[in-house]
Amino acid sequence: MATLHTRTTARFMLSPAVLLLLVWMIVPLGMTLYFSFLRYNLLMPGMEAFAGIENYQFFLTDPAFMDALVNTLLLVGGVLLITVVGGVFLALLIDQPFWGQGIVRLLVISPFFVMPTVSALVWKNMFMHPVNGLFAWVARGFGLAPIDWLASVPLLSIVIIVAWGWLPFATLIILTALQSLDQEQKEAAEMDGAGALSIFAYITLPHLARALTVVVLIETIFLLSVFAEILVTTNGGPGTASTNIPYLIYAQALLQYDIGGASAGGVVAIVLANIVAVFLIRMIGKNLEA
Amino acid sequence: MGAITLDKVTKAFGTMAVIPGVDLEIADGEFVVFVGPSGCGKSTLLRLIAGLEDVTSGAIRIDGSDATRVAPARRRLAMVFQSYALYPHMSVYNNIAFPLKMAGQDKATIRRKVEGAARILNLTDYLERRPGQLSGGQRQRVAIGRAIVREPAAFLFDEPLSNLDAALRVNMRLEISELHQSLKTTMIYVTHDQVEAMTMADKIVVLNAGRIEQVGSPLELYNRPANVFVAGFIGSPKMNLLEGAAAERHGAATIGIRPEHLEVSTGAGGEWSGVVGVVEHLGSDTFLHVQVEGLGPVTARVGGELDIRHGSRVWLTPPPERLHRFGADGQAIRQAA
Ligand SMILES: Nc1ncnc2c1ncn2[C@@H]1O[C@H](COP(=O)(O)OP(=O)(O)O)[C@@H](O)[C@H]1O
Ligand SMILES: [Mg+2]
Repeated sequence: MATLHTRTTARFMLSPAVLLLLVWMIVPLGMTLYFSFLRYNLLMPGMEAFAGIENYQFFLTDPAFMDALVNTLLLVGGVLLITVVGGVFLALLIDQPFWGQGIVRLLVISPFFVMPTVSALVWKNMFMHPVNGLFAWVARGFGLAPIDWLASVPLLSIVIIVAWGWLPFATLIILTALQSLDQEQKEAAEMDGAGALSIFAYITLPHLARALTVVVLIETIFLLSVFAEILVTTNGGPGTASTNIPYLIYAQALLQYDIGGASAGGVVAIVLANIVAVFLIRMIGKNLEA
Repeated sequence: MGAITLDKVTKAFGTMAVIPGVDLEIADGEFVVFVGPSGCGKSTLLRLIAGLEDVTSGAIRIDGSDATRVAPARRRLAMVFQSYALYPHMSVYNNIAFPLKMAGQDKATIRRKVEGAARILNLTDYLERRPGQLSGGQRQRVAIGRAIVREPAAFLFDEPLSNLDAALRVNMRLEISELHQSLKTTMIYVTHDQVEAMTMADKIVVLNAGRIEQVGSPLELYNRPANVFVAGFIGSPKMNLLEGAAAERHGAATIGIRPEHLEVSTGAGGEWSGVVGVVEHLGSDTFLHVQVEGLGPVTARVGGELDIRHGSRVWLTPPPERLHRFGADGQAIRQAA
C-alpha cells in the first residue's frame, strides 16, 4: 500500500514521539533497577552501597509480601467479578426503553468522574462508618448490631468501594456493545423458539465477548495499582489485611524510608503485572482477533 | 398444513396507520408474493403474520385456529430475513441446528436433519465454517436451511434476494421455486421487484400504502389489472399510461397499453405518430422511446432486427382488445361481457 518513500517519511515523523516515550519509560525503569541493587535508606544519607540481591531477598521473604500478593489478586478478582456481572445486568436494564432514559444513563455514568480519594472518603464516612454511616443506620433499623466495615471486613470494603467506581465504565462499554447487536438476530432466535434466557446465553453473551474482554483487560491494568482508596480508608490494616503490593511498596519507601527495598518491590510488581497480563492475553485475548 | 387467513388486520405505529386494513386468504401449499413499492408495509404485514409485531386490531388464523396472540415460536412459521440474521459466532452447523436444539431434540436427530438440509442446499462442505467466511449466496442458503429443518407450516421470506448480485439472484430465484415444488409448503415471499413476483408466485398480492390493490395469479394481473396502480406496477417495461384527449376518445380517464402490444409501422398510417428518441437494442427485443405528438413519451417493443434509428418517424396503433381503460377513480372499466 504505502511506498518505500512514504514509509520512510512516516518513520522519520514518528521518531520524536517514539524517542520521547522511550526515554520517559527507560529512565525511571533504569533508576528503579539501579536503586533496587543498592542499600539505600533515606535515614542514612551518604551510606549507599551495592547490596546485590539482598533487597529482593528481603522483600520476597517478608511475610507481608505473600499477604499483599493474595490481597492484590483478591482485589482485582473481586472488582472484576462485581463490575462484569453488575455491568452486564445494569447495561441490560438501561438498554430497555423507559421514560427518563437520558437522565438515568447520565447518573449511572457519574461515579466514574468522582476521584478515588473523594469516593473512598465518602464511602468511609457516610456509608461504612459504624456510628454515622448509612449501613449502620439501616442495620440498627432492623435491630441488628452495626458492622464496622473497614475494621472487620477491610478488604471486602475496599473491593466494594473500588467496584463502585469502575461499575460505570463496565456498564458503558457493555451498553454500547449491546446496542450494536442486530435486532433481527434476536428476532430470528425468538422465531427459532429461544426464550429470553436462551437468547441471552446464545446470542447476547457471545456478542458481548469482545466488549467484556476489553473491560477485563483495561480494568486489570488499573486495579493492579489501586492505592488511593486504601490510603484514605484503612491504611492497609488492620495488620496487613488490606495491604496490596502498591501499598506495601509505598510503606517500604515512605514509611520505612527504604528506597532500595521499595525499588526491589517495584521491580517485583512489574514482573507480577506482566505475568498477569500474559495469562489474560492467553486466556481471553483471542476474543479480540478478527 | 399451512393455510393462513388475515381478517381485517390493521397495524398502527403510534398514530401512523401503516396497515389500514387487510383481508387475505392464503391456501395451504400456495406460493404467495407480496409486492409493492418500498415503504408500502410489506415487511410490516409479514412481521404481523410472524408474530414479531402485534396487530392493532383484527385476527390472524393459521390452519383455522386463532393465532393472533400466539408467540412467534409457537406459530410454526419460519422466517428468512433480509439481512439473513445468521448467528455470527456459531458455525453453519450450529446455525442450522439452533431451532432443533431449542426444541429439545436429541443429538442424533439434529445431526440427521442438519445434514439432510445441508445436502439439499449444497452446504455439506461448509458446515464447520462461520457465516463470516461465506459468500452472500451461501449465507442465504444457511438462512433457508435454518428455516427448513424446523419443518414449518409456512415459510416467510422478506426480500431474501435483495443483497445478492443480479446473476446470483436469478439462480436463487430458481432454487427457491424448486424448493417450493419439492416441499409443497406454503410460502409467503415479500419483494419490491415485480419480476421476482411474476416469475415465482402462484398468487400475487399487490400492496400500496398498506392496502391490497389486487390479488391474483401473475397472468391475471398482467392481463386484467384492476386499477392504474397495478397496471403501472406489473410488467416490464412499464405499461404506457395516457391521459387526456387520447383517453377520452376511448371513453376513459386513463388508457393503458403495454409496449409489447403496440403495433409499430414505419410506413404512413396508424393511430399515433411520433419521432423516435432513444432506441435500446437488447438483441431479442428493441425498445423504442417515441415522442408522440400531443401525447408525450410512449414506449414500444419491436422485434430485435428492425432497423429504426434515432429521429425516425414511426406510427403506433394500440389494438383495441389490448387496450386497458380506467375511470377517473383509477379503477378499470370492464365491458359487460
Ligand atoms: N417499528 C416501526 N415504528 C414506526 N414506523 C415503522 C416501524 N416499522 C415500519 N414503520 C413504517 O411503516 C411503513 C412500512 O414499512 P415496511 O413494512 O418496512 O415497508 P416495506 O417493507 O414495504 O418497504 C414505513 O413508512 C415505515 O416507516
Ligand atoms: Mg421491507
